[in-house]
Amino acid sequence: MGLLSDPNRRRALISLLTRLNAPICVLCYFAAVCWFMGLSFEPFTLRTYMSENAMGSTMVEERFPAGERALATAKEFGAHKKKVGGMPVDWLVKTMQARGLEVFTQRFSRTLPFPDENNERYIVEGTNVYGILRAPRAPRTEALVLSAPCSPGDDNNQAVGLLLGLAHYFRSKSIFWAKDIIFLVNEHDLIGMQAWLEGYHHTNTTGMDWSPLQGRGGSIQAALSLELSSDVVTSLDIVLEGLNGQLPNLDLANLFYAFCQKIGVLCTIQGRIQRNDWDSVSGYSHAVQTMMLMVMKQASGRSWGDHGLFLRYHIEAATIKGINSFRQYKTDATTVGRLLEGMYRKLNNLLERLHQSYFFYLMPSLSHFVSIGYYMPAFGLLAVILLLRALDLWVQLATPPSRNEDGVADIEQSSTGVLSVLTPLVISHLTGAALYMLPVRFQEMAVEHFQVSETEAVVLTAIAVYTGGLALPHNTHRYWLISGEGTEQGWRVLKLVAVLYLAVLLGCTALINFSLGFILALTLVPVASFVTPHVPKLLSAVVLVILSPAFTLLFSVFIFQELQEMPVSFQDGWMLYLSVISQGILDHYLYGSLVYPLIALMVYPCWLLFWNILFWK
Amino acid sequence: MAAPLTLLLVVAVTIRAALYRSSLAEVIAERVEVVSPITAWKRVIEGLALLDLGVSPYSGDVFHETPLVIYLFHFLVDYAEITFMLADVISAIALYLAVKEYNKQVVRKKQKFALEADRYPQDCLELIRSPKEMLYIPLKVAMFYLLNPFTILSCVAKSTCGLNNAVISLFILTTIKGNALLSAVFLCLATYQSIYPLTLCAPAMLYLMQRQYIPVNYRRASFWWFVVQYLFMYLGSLFVLICLSFFLLGSWDYLPSVYGFILSVPDLTPNIGLFWYFFAEMFEHFRLFFLCVFQINVFFYTVPLSIKLKDHPVFLMFMQLAVISIFKSYPTVGDIALYMALLPVWSHLHRFLRNIFLVSCVLLACSVLFPVLWHLWIYAGSANSNFYYAITLLFNVAQILLVSDYFYAFLRREHHLIHGLYLKKKDGSEATLVLK
Repeated sequence: MGLLSDPNRRRALISLLTRLNAPICVLCYFAAVCWFMGLSFEPFTLRTYMSENAMGSTMVEERFPAGERALATAKEFGAHKKKVGGMPVDWLVKTMQARGLEVFTQRFSRTLPFPDENNERYIVEGTNVYGILRAPRAPRTEALVLSAPCSPGDDNNQAVGLLLGLAHYFRSKSIFWAKDIIFLVNEHDLIGMQAWLEGYHHTNTTGMDWSPLQGRGGSIQAALSLELSSDVVTSLDIVLEGLNGQLPNLDLANLFYAFCQKIGVLCTIQGRIQRNDWDSVSGYSHAVQTMMLMVMKQASGRSWGDHGLFLRYHIEAATIKGINSFRQYKTDATTVGRLLEGMYRKLNNLLERLHQSYFFYLMPSLSHFVSIGYYMPAFGLLAVILLLRALDLWVQLATPPSRNEDGVADIEQSSTGVLSVLTPLVISHLTGAALYMLPVRFQEMAVEHFQVSETEAVVLTAIAVYTGGLALPHNTHRYWLISGEGTEQGWRVLKLVAVLYLAVLLGCTALINFSLGFILALTLVPVASFVTPHVPKLLSAVVLVILSPAFTLLFSVFIFQELQEMPVSFQDGWMLYLSVISQGILDHYLYGSLVYPLIALMVYPCWLLFWNILFWK
Repeated sequence: MAAPLTLLLVVAVTIRAALYRSSLAEVIAERVEVVSPITAWKRVIEGLALLDLGVSPYSGDVFHETPLVIYLFHFLVDYAEITFMLADVISAIALYLAVKEYNKQVVRKKQKFALEADRYPQDCLELIRSPKEMLYIPLKVAMFYLLNPFTILSCVAKSTCGLNNAVISLFILTTIKGNALLSAVFLCLATYQSIYPLTLCAPAMLYLMQRQYIPVNYRRASFWWFVVQYLFMYLGSLFVLICLSFFLLGSWDYLPSVYGFILSVPDLTPNIGLFWYFFAEMFEHFRLFFLCVFQINVFFYTVPLSIKLKDHPVFLMFMQLAVISIFKSYPTVGDIALYMALLPVWSHLHRFLRNIFLVSCVLLACSVLFPVLWHLWIYAGSANSNFYYAITLLFNVAQILLVSDYFYAFLRREHHLIHGLYLKKKDGSEATLVLK
């Protein structure tokens, strides 16, 4: 408290901070970037370990034998699917019943706000089929879920086959089970999953129509979603990123990793094999790229597999994907089945929900992770810049202190200054609200007047509103300049408000979704710290636009493609960019992803405030 | 000044009415920051239902409001929204009138001093506010109360905290107007509602004595005579209220259920206060001891503050309100709104405030982080109670810093008023005041 109450030390500290403000800010920025890049350096990361006692020490011997039969079932399923031209509901019900499960179906329908051109769907109708294996050893208050999507074409037939094979096997070994096991085949991937989860939990957050579930198990403890499109696989990939950047408990990834090691299956994360040469440059860059992929995926806020929607209901879930590449060493369906059996039997041993291990982590490889305590400082260093700028502005705003004042004192906060800030704030937020509402509302009108499809109409309206917003705020400050407010004072107050607003906004975002917060901070913090009305207009305007949220998204698209080793030309990249925007909007309306409203209602208006400061007259 | 006040009231009521109609109202009514187990509207409804069934509303462990409130809503349950808006309007008007009267007295006192001449050193004249500067303060107070998001949230959630605030505001008004009887009655109502306003007894008595020119001196009979008078009125009306409650319900059930509940803190639902985490983590056999420590905290500061601020009872009242809202067992944002409304009264202290920037940043950030961390803890399941409590702790530290900063600034201004604004050391160089 000495620092807060001793006027001399305070004065020294504040003068130090204001004098060295710019160098400290630059230093902090580079420190943040370096810290972040250093995170994936293996000696700085932690080794993963199983925290959950119930899953750690117990021995499981996997005996699943029926891989070939599962593949035969998969073929049969494929044939029926082709015959019906969609989900073979009757066949699935019959097959599941034959395997001794209680089988139920759920119908659902959903009209998308605008056609989804990526998946070619607009009015979606479908059926989920699920069978429950009742637990004989416990009071059936808890459940586990194994799901496989029924995809169009020949995709994922093997997943459904394996699911049915496992169901048969689990039923025959029913002496194991202390938790209900629900085998779910969902149609229309995430939409079906959303309908089923909403039905299971009696909620309706997105206005979808579904028939109520006839049968239920206990509260779901964990779920795995299976994606398998070939008879043999070379490696298994685990997908963790869920809706809004939520991740399952790290123990689930640990469990997967442990069993892959035990059974001897090649396992990957982000589709990238782990390397052991962390001390070489290429090994390090491999780890960085893996982690960057995770950061990008998490920041997008969308669900990267069917598991993503479970996380919202506090259910730990992951998607396991079979990958078949040109490697020599192949794994057959029996081994994959054994792996899943082992995982389910361990999950069956759980006494409480998975909670021992981390929920906030980044993974540079499957065997190493970066916990929240390690990555938060990178964001913290960026946030400090904003606070330092705010302090600097505050000191400038305070009239020069009289001779005998200590520290920050003598603040003549004129009320007009506060009121004058209100206009740009309101106008930029209204622009943000327009960006949020207009694209979907006015798609029909746009389609009538222009030669575009609905999806294009939505995306182009969004871009138009976004660009239109840049022209708007120029005019706002003229009206209240009449009040005779010192214009120097005016922009400083506005900037102080904007900087603090940005700091709080980014802080909250980073807590919920670190990657999104960090990427936004990386681009917006420089904007926030250098913008004043006195910097060269044209150059700054260009920099400001390049660092705006829309361009951040564009760059992210290119970087993401680069990281996935699928570089695209500018033309394709642009098309991809448009489709990413439409997907983002759809994700919001279909599943309640928060990235689009966050950008439209908060981040964009905040950025507009800085734009407004630049063109202050 | 009536026109701007009316406009303000219309705006405030419009905002509240609009929010009542929106879907946000339900969400807000569930927030732990806004409603406590005592003030939650849901619980009042439950109590009413029990009352209608002819069961004592306190026979479950849900309802903890006082009998008067439940009988009030027995008649007004259909007009609940209007009642709560009215309560806010009454608080605002009461605070407005109170501050107006207080400012009038400050100016009058100053004029008297000016007549006495040479009372203040010459260079302090800039510290003394002119009546022109003080013109808008009452309006600002009303605005701070009505447009404070905390008050709006509290009102939209129909937290009965709004009623408590109205009673306390009326108490402030009647005290400043110098009406001892009404002051005692309203103070007793406030105490009856939530015990803690008990500590406001001290500033009220000090103020009324100052007004009636009774010296605060233990050796004077007039001092003791006044204290006895005031306490008699206060305790008498308290007795009447308690008996009235007994006759309304026909049982003493409510005493343990309301006051026992406030004092022994059995409900550890997270809130913005300091109690819940501590008592959730604590070993059971320490509970009583720490309960005493925590509760004494609220009452204890009355003594040193009253001694230090005996010449400035209105500032003392502000300090007491702040202390109560920080240390009470089930605080909500509505309690904070009440003392924050009084901040404009001390706008002349701004030049002496030292941490206001830091504190306002922290308060702002914490208010936003509450729902975020709640979401991460309860819905996402990825954070835990420690995250939420960390923010609670920070929020309260910021409040304490705010209050102590105002306290320090007040004392410092008094010091300057007596010793001159520009202090010199003995050797003629500049001196600075250091708080140790």
